[in-house]
Amino acid sequence: MKGPIISGAIILAGMFIFLKFLLPLVTAPLPASLIYLYLALVLSGILIYGTMSASSLEAMMGPVFRFLSGKGQTGASQMARLAVLVMFPLLVGWQTYSRLVPSDLPPAENRTIHPAPPGEFVGLSNPYPKTPENIMMGKGLYAAYCSPCHGANYDGKGPAAPGFNPPPANFSDPGTIAQLQEAYLFWRIKKGGVGLPVEGMPWKSAMPRWEDELPEEFIWKIIMGEYDGAHQTPRTWEEEE
Amino acid sequence: MTSAGQLRHATIVQGMNRMPGLLKLGSFLALLFLPALAMAAGGAEIQAMSVEYRDVPGIGSRNLVWVVAQQHLLLAGFVLGVPIFAWICELVGWKTKEQRYDKLAKEFTKLLTSAYATTALFGGILLFLLIGLYPKLMAYLTDMFFPSFLVYCLLFLLETATLYMYWYGWDYMQGNKKTFHLFLGFLLNLFALGIMIVPNSWATFQASPVVVGEGDAWARAWMAMQNPTWWPVNIHRLIANVVLGGFIVGAYAGVRYLLAVSREEREHYDWMGYVGNFIGVFGMLPLPFAGYWLMREVYQYNQQMGITLMGGFLAWLFILQAMLIGVLFLGANYYFWLGITHRIPGSEGQYKKPVMGMLIVLLLCLGVWMTPHSLVASLAEAQKMGGTHHPLLGVFGVMSAKMTVSNIMILVTFMSFIMYWRAGKQETAGWAKAAKAIMGALLVIAGIAVVVLGVWGYFVPAIIRINYFSVAQVLIVLFIMVTFTPLTALLMKSAKTTTEMVWGKMPIRAGYSLVLNAVMVILLMSLMGYARSSSRVHWHIYGVMRDTSDYAYSPALGYAAAFMSLNTFVFCLIVAFIFWVATLGDKAKAQPPKGSPVDIPGHTAPAMAGGAPSSGEKLE
Repeated sequence: MKGPIISGAIILAGMFIFLKFLLPLVTAPLPASLIYLYLALVLSGILIYGTMSASSLEAMMGPVFRFLSGKGQTGASQMARLAVLVMFPLLVGWQTYSRLVPSDLPPAENRTIHPAPPGEFVGLSNPYPKTPENIMMGKGLYAAYCSPCHGANYDGKGPAAPGFNPPPANFSDPGTIAQLQEAYLFWRIKKGGVGLPVEGMPWKSAMPRWEDELPEEFIWKIIMGEYDGAHQTPRTWEEEE
Repeated sequence: MTSAGQLRHATIVQGMNRMPGLLKLGSFLALLFLPALAMAAGGAEIQAMSVEYRDVPGIGSRNLVWVVAQQHLLLAGFVLGVPIFAWICELVGWKTKEQRYDKLAKEFTKLLTSAYATTALFGGILLFLLIGLYPKLMAYLTDMFFPSFLVYCLLFLLETATLYMYWYGWDYMQGNKKTFHLFLGFLLNLFALGIMIVPNSWATFQASPVVVGEGDAWARAWMAMQNPTWWPVNIHRLIANVVLGGFIVGAYAGVRYLLAVSREEREHYDWMGYVGNFIGVFGMLPLPFAGYWLMREVYQYNQQMGITLMGGFLAWLFILQAMLIGVLFLGANYYFWLGITHRIPGSEGQYKKPVMGMLIVLLLCLGVWMTPHSLVASLAEAQKMGGTHHPLLGVFGVMSAKMTVSNIMILVTFMSFIMYWRAGKQETAGWAKAAKAIMGALLVIAGIAVVVLGVWGYFVPAIIRINYFSVAQVLIVLFIMVTFTPLTALLMKSAKTTTEMVWGKMPIRAGYSLVLNAVMVILLMSLMGYARSSSRVHWHIYGVMRDTSDYAYSPALGYAAAFMSLNTFVFCLIVAFIFWVATLGDKAKAQPPKGSPVDIPGHTAPAMAGGAPSSGEKLE
């Protein structure tokens, strides 16, 4: 077997090595679910390109069909075919077994990060004006109450952060607070991890219920300081003048 | 009706005998509708006696309504989408005097008439089920929308009558009468639009109810109809119906192509499959824009509902949506590329590189679109990543990235079509070289602009991205489409055909890819229909009427996905049955008389069984 099959196998293997071993050299490792997703895309690309014309189809699938049909095979190639026909179902069986066998490890989760807030928190707006004094006060409160976990740089890397899994949110990431309205943050800070709804369980959040400790004024000002410090702006429906 | 109601009725009948003609007619109509209105008004007493919910043992009331409603909606989508392009096709045939377009339009309409009765049947079953199983909800909706029910009935009558005339009068209304037939086609589409938007208002009111002020029944119904998601859903469904119709027609042609035994049949169904795919693709191009508008309205109406859909537990459906749309884009492009390779002999080598380039871009875009914001990860994987957001690939999870790649995929698909259009032709116009250079430059600039706006979108407030950047991306892509299409048409007008397009030579996998596209679009509509409906969570009417039945919970996503698959499967079975019945007559006509030989050698077996247009030639 040579030609497109070998090229396809090399591309797939290369992609797997890149995603699994090379990419983690510069960033965090990818979860298996994402690696499979990208490999499935690469495989579909190989199949689409390989079946575009009669000649490419023959070059790609011809050897496979001939090998599997066993026509005219003797000796080593016959043994190889038999080995494939025996090994393939065993491989599928092993994969199925390893997926279904009870394990003490928690399963991979499709965690819902942003559940919908309760109705009473929808549409609230920050009642305090965005003045330098209020922002400064918010940053001070943030430093006192939030930075141990969320970090002095708003990057989720506070001194207590290594103790949590999943770690505290990184506010400088444009995918976190920049996607949310201030009312949403108000709800999350006020009610904490225990106030999260059943929607999208299981929840794993060690966020304290700050309504027991802080007045609402402090929470609104913390939100103000948080956005300013992380260089993000809250999601709004009105453009700022 | 109550006895007071009967007395009122009798008094009115006596009074009518003393009225002049026209007034009599008006009063008769009022009388016709009065009992129903009286029933709606006296609903409170009846409601007090009746139960709020009824259940169906085994399957459960919610699941039964889910299946029937989905079948009705999918059939209705087909029935309302097909007349649009059947009429356009007839118009093209009339303008160009090419008979094949008229024949194709008639074939589209044949499929439409076959599916029409089944659609109405499922509509009737759905109505009975809703009245029987959800009497409290239906009483409320009837009270709110009753006048629109009457409009709906009237539209349905008009649509049915017009369809009868349009279909049965096809052969009669040729020649001088063709313009009248075209007018009937226009009316058919007009009534179909009405039939779609009236019930849409009931469903969208459930999701985004508005405060209905004082007024008579008509005024109140009109106020309720004008809810914030009504028009976004109308536009989204209108386009989606065309896409559904196009791909189902394509699948029908694909199956007929696979079963074809004669050259003529193969050529016809190959061409029909191409037209179906073309309609599906062209409908699909603006669809993401309409979807984006709908979601924007949902967010603006109620942030909570928007978050449930796109950030909360339903957000995973959007990742599934990306996968299905991805398969649809790949399937549609694959069919175009197969067309270039197989219908234009000798073009394989010439287009190999551009096809590879387009495929790589599509796969890269799809990779970004499919990457969730929060990844599915084990605890150990999440710990290594520093949460469920990947520090590098997490940026692909937000709307800025998704909008960018969806626009690029639309651009690539459009260019696939342009490439197909130009294949096998040599431009002869003196300005062709300059035009092609300008088009190339515009395409590059557009691609760069879309990416730049997408990246920039990360650094501006969300409202700026939503109101300006995303809109600009859409406008850039639309600009390319509206400038390239007429420019290419002009170029092709004077172009010399170097290789004649050959129909009926597509490989059998082309037929299967048409079927795959149809299945994907059905699955997609089942998925997103569920998402839209499920975003109301435990409310029948969001924030107004709470669901207090045993089913006032959202099913697990896996359970919901299984039902979507079941709905898709059942719909495919229904459509296959309808089309099979509809084409029985054709098969009987096509049968050669007993004892006569098959006209062309080598045409004894269908393509899917290895048969070929001429002996010795094999379709891979």
